[in-house]
Amino acid sequence: MSASLFLALLLFMAIPGFALGWVQSRRLRADAVAGAKKGHHSRPIYHGLYTALRTIRPGIVLFLSWVILAPWLLDTILVHAHPELLPTTDARELSLWLSRTADPGRMAASILEADPGLKAAIDHRQDYSQGLLLFLTLLALSLGLVALRRAVARIAPDFRARIHIEHSVMTFLKVSSTFSVLVTLGILFSLLWEALRFFQLVSPWEFFFGLQWSPQIALRSDQVGASGLFGSVPLFAGTFLVTGISMLVAGPIGLMSAIYLSEFATPRVRTWAKPMLEILAGIPTVVYGFFAVLVTGPFLVRFGSVVGLDVASESAMAAGLVMGIMIIPLVSSLADDVIRAVPQNLREGSLALGATQAETIVRVVLPSALPGIAGAFLLAISRAVGETMIVVMASGMAANLTANPFEATTTITVQIVSLLVGDQEFDSSKTLAAFALGLALFAVTLLLNVIALRIVRKYREAYE
Amino acid sequence: MRHTIPKIMLDRVSLPESAAVADSDAVPESETKMQAAGVRVTYGEKVALSGISMEIPARKVTALIGASGCGKSTFLRCLNRMNDIIEGCRVTGQITLDGQDVQDPDLDVAMLRSRVGMVFQKPNPFPKSIFENVAYGPRIHGLFDHKEDLERIVLTSLERAGLLNEVKDRLDEPGTSLSGGQQQRLCIARTIAVNPEVILMDEPCSALDPIATARIEDLIDELKSNYTIIIVTHSMQQAARVSQFSGFFHLGELVEFDSTEAIFTNPSDTRTKNYVTGRFG
Amino acid sequence: MSPTQTWQSRPETARRLQQRHRRNRLFRHLAATGLLLAVTALVMMLGALLTASSEAFTETRIKLTVRYDRPLVDPRGDASPESLEEGDYTAVIREAALQLFPQVASRTERRELIRLFSPGAAFRLKERLTSHPELLGNSEELWLAASADADQAFKSGLTGKEGERLTPFQTHLLLQFQERGALEQSFNTTLFTASDSREPEMAGVLGAAAGSFFTLLVTFFLCFPIGVTTAVYLEEFAQKNRWFDFVEVNINNLAAVPSIIFGLLGLAIYINLMHLPRSAPLVGGLTLALMTLPTIIITARAALLAVPPWIREAALGVGASPLQAVMHHTLPLAMPGILTGSIIGMARALGETAPLLMVGMVAFVVEIPQGFLDSATALPVQIFLWAESPERAFVAKTAAASLILLLFLIVMNALAVVLRKRFEKTW
Repeated sequence: MSASLFLALLLFMAIPGFALGWVQSRRLRADAVAGAKKGHHSRPIYHGLYTALRTIRPGIVLFLSWVILAPWLLDTILVHAHPELLPTTDARELSLWLSRTADPGRMAASILEADPGLKAAIDHRQDYSQGLLLFLTLLALSLGLVALRRAVARIAPDFRARIHIEHSVMTFLKVSSTFSVLVTLGILFSLLWEALRFFQLVSPWEFFFGLQWSPQIALRSDQVGASGLFGSVPLFAGTFLVTGISMLVAGPIGLMSAIYLSEFATPRVRTWAKPMLEILAGIPTVVYGFFAVLVTGPFLVRFGSVVGLDVASESAMAAGLVMGIMIIPLVSSLADDVIRAVPQNLREGSLALGATQAETIVRVVLPSALPGIAGAFLLAISRAVGETMIVVMASGMAANLTANPFEATTTITVQIVSLLVGDQEFDSSKTLAAFALGLALFAVTLLLNVIALRIVRKYREAYE
Repeated sequence: MRHTIPKIMLDRVSLPESAAVADSDAVPESETKMQAAGVRVTYGEKVALSGISMEIPARKVTALIGASGCGKSTFLRCLNRMNDIIEGCRVTGQITLDGQDVQDPDLDVAMLRSRVGMVFQKPNPFPKSIFENVAYGPRIHGLFDHKEDLERIVLTSLERAGLLNEVKDRLDEPGTSLSGGQQQRLCIARTIAVNPEVILMDEPCSALDPIATARIEDLIDELKSNYTIIIVTHSMQQAARVSQFSGFFHLGELVEFDSTEAIFTNPSDTRTKNYVTGRFG
Repeated sequence: MSPTQTWQSRPETARRLQQRHRRNRLFRHLAATGLLLAVTALVMMLGALLTASSEAFTETRIKLTVRYDRPLVDPRGDASPESLEEGDYTAVIREAALQLFPQVASRTERRELIRLFSPGAAFRLKERLTSHPELLGNSEELWLAASADADQAFKSGLTGKEGERLTPFQTHLLLQFQERGALEQSFNTTLFTASDSREPEMAGVLGAAAGSFFTLLVTFFLCFPIGVTTAVYLEEFAQKNRWFDFVEVNINNLAAVPSIIFGLLGLAIYINLMHLPRSAPLVGGLTLALMTLPTIIITARAALLAVPPWIREAALGVGASPLQAVMHHTLPLAMPGILTGSIIGMARALGETAPLLMVGMVAFVVEIPQGFLDSATALPVQIFLWAESPERAFVAKTAAASLILLLFLIVMNALAVVLRKRFEKTW
């Protein structure tokens, strides 16, 4: 008995559910025509849908509760029914062990042979899971049948099946529209939860103000959560260094492209230049990262050796330059929108006074568009701060607290990746640190986005 | 920067040296400021104006009237080449300013526009302070050597536009904070500040209430002693009140051009007669 | 006073004007330079990828007459599949090569000879024999894949220079093969038919492409229904109250959250909480769905908004319920726009790497995944993995994989453009 079989059976039940309602309604309708009675409220198809929906409703509720509750339920049963199998009482290790019992497909047969306790636990878990599902299936079937009987009995000429259906659909729409809010809440709570656990091991003071980041090396074995140093200042510094370089590239180039496209370009130039910028925007970040490794990094190293500068092969400069290229289309398309929103009559007012086009742009158009452009820049900064792949590939891992863009630097996102990728055990302070960094990243980008979106919205309203 | 104007300066407000213009009495009645001959305008395939010829007298108010879409605004925009910035717009024929060809590719458009200023249908003050709005033209053209000169130009222009008394205490407030009528007078002051010879007005009162309209009309009357004014209007009463000459446009043609009195009392064309008597339009 | 005395006609005005026009031109050129730089960056990137990838699209092959000698390939002597499985096919290649070069005697030289061939060549022989047992004891002529080092040396012209990782003797051998017409370059089909491998010449993108396919399937089937229903609710039915504003702001902000945060969420919810298997397309797809959802909602709302209200009003006017008006008229008319937006959203999900790293889709996967629960990786992750490999031969592979990924993305975007052009209505 697997969950997918359960779901298939459930959907299969909808067929007789629909058929019964539909047939019943048509029979009543035929009677009514024969007896020349008053018309029906709903068409047979709505009656059919109504009975089908009623039939599978209990099953759907049961299925969803199963999907959500099953892992927790099975964990609990396993822990209470077979305390003798548990390898440890430590909560963290237990959680790891339980997740292994849930996913036997991934383990080599040799591991299972070496650990009979685990194997027994896996077998028990599967038994419980199967039994519970079987029970739920039977329950869903019988509840569905009862519901079907009652639904068919309700069908009558003046029964408003369509209204019922529409009500259900509306409820469904309402529920699904809350999903995006749930995602935000999910992000917030999962980050907060893991970050709080991290701050039980490492003091927030050290995390926010510590100048050294070396999560891999145990320096003092007596330290709480002694796997390293978790001072995030070098990461923030590195993030802002790379972001700064990228904005120095993307800001002027993006803004200038936008000005050219919206104020000077002929329609022909626009028709080929815009798609090219869109292609630039569509290139995956991992490809940008590879470009940084392949071209920018080696170029900078060679450039450094020519001018006598010590340039690391992985540097903030290599990552920042390429990230700048990545952000150009974002800045240019946002700024383009903003500049186009400046009313034409302001341009004409300036030109009619004898101003040149450049004077008009610099003295009238850009000052008018300034809030919108500021919003665009903030969104671009937020994008740069959260960008991952380019820095992972091009900026290095070493947490140097430096302002030299030619040294290897590391960023928040690089460290999240390096803490979580590869063989690691969950719940160590290392993995929890990734969530704390994630929380900081989320907070920073959220703040930037909220301010930027608000500015842009205000700006739009001002010219509407 | 804050512009606190010393009381003494306000009393001494006078024309800037460069803006000194001759007395209108000295000008012969027949002097022609601008001349159009066979002006034809097309937007792509569409013909907006066909063969417009007229002579615009200096230091008079000339009104262009006609139903909307008849081409009077298009003609107005030809006079300072504002049609240049509209894609696909082609102007042929000859337009002269003091005998100089306006269409000449060698002619500097910036200079032309500083001589032929324009006031638009919807007041369009820049998102700057009142002072900076008026100072904009003098700044880009470099019309002053000292800050005091600039202040004098701004104050004179505001005074001439009849706005100084209303705004002298709030020169640093944004131009957009003014009422519609004040904004339109600010735009007129902005145009005057670069000392144009001709001012084009494209339905300058259509967005204003009657009281603000009356003030602008009074202003136009005052300004005509120094400037040649061409005003596009859809209000015949306005044309009759402010103008000395009128041209009636219909479907891209200039039907009739004559003194305003003649147009309104004794039109020679039946279409003009029908329009001014309110039969259509 | 004549007009000649106004400032417009003073000589210094003309001088100043010239300067202003010069500045105007300068500004214009500056703006054009900005655009030009952006376009140059694009051209440079594509150029670099094309140049770097050129090697990856061809592979070097060496012709040998191999003999499936019974003692070598059938150690149990019963010709059973198990016995053939245990055969020493490397020895088969070595014997065949030694026949060509009887002068090779010393152990080192023999080893150098056999290292000209890819480890994949022996696999190929094994596969051939197990599927054609009648070849046992017989000979056949085959083109076998050369090793990565030999491949690179051949592509750079067998000059024996320092950059090549072949010994002088190996170079000499290759030249001998070439003289006999037993060395050629052909189109590299391995790149498109194989999965990941430690040996560059045996690595392909098919496994990663399959992983991407399953992942996107999950993403689409989660995102599309929820995205469309959310959009329909917000645009057509929801009351414009504070909750509505909150949901709207929330969606807009969610669209700008860094993708790696969604990876963290996926890790915390799907793996740590729900015990779903790591590295599986199911989890990757669910994670990318969270990220793609806001994009789909926003584009779907824009598409619904573009349908003029009079269509809805006409339907209501003939007695349709609000839901019927939306389902029968507004939604079908908005569908092309919604699909266009969804394709663009899916294209972005296809290029996304960071969230997949978080949920473990970064494993070294040799098998081509067959379903939603198999261990898998995705195309962009494959690019990341290859880019991090130290072997030089992987550089070309990485560039080639990048181009393949770009090709997929361009096809998807072109599809979106065609869809929009074809069904676009102006009301």
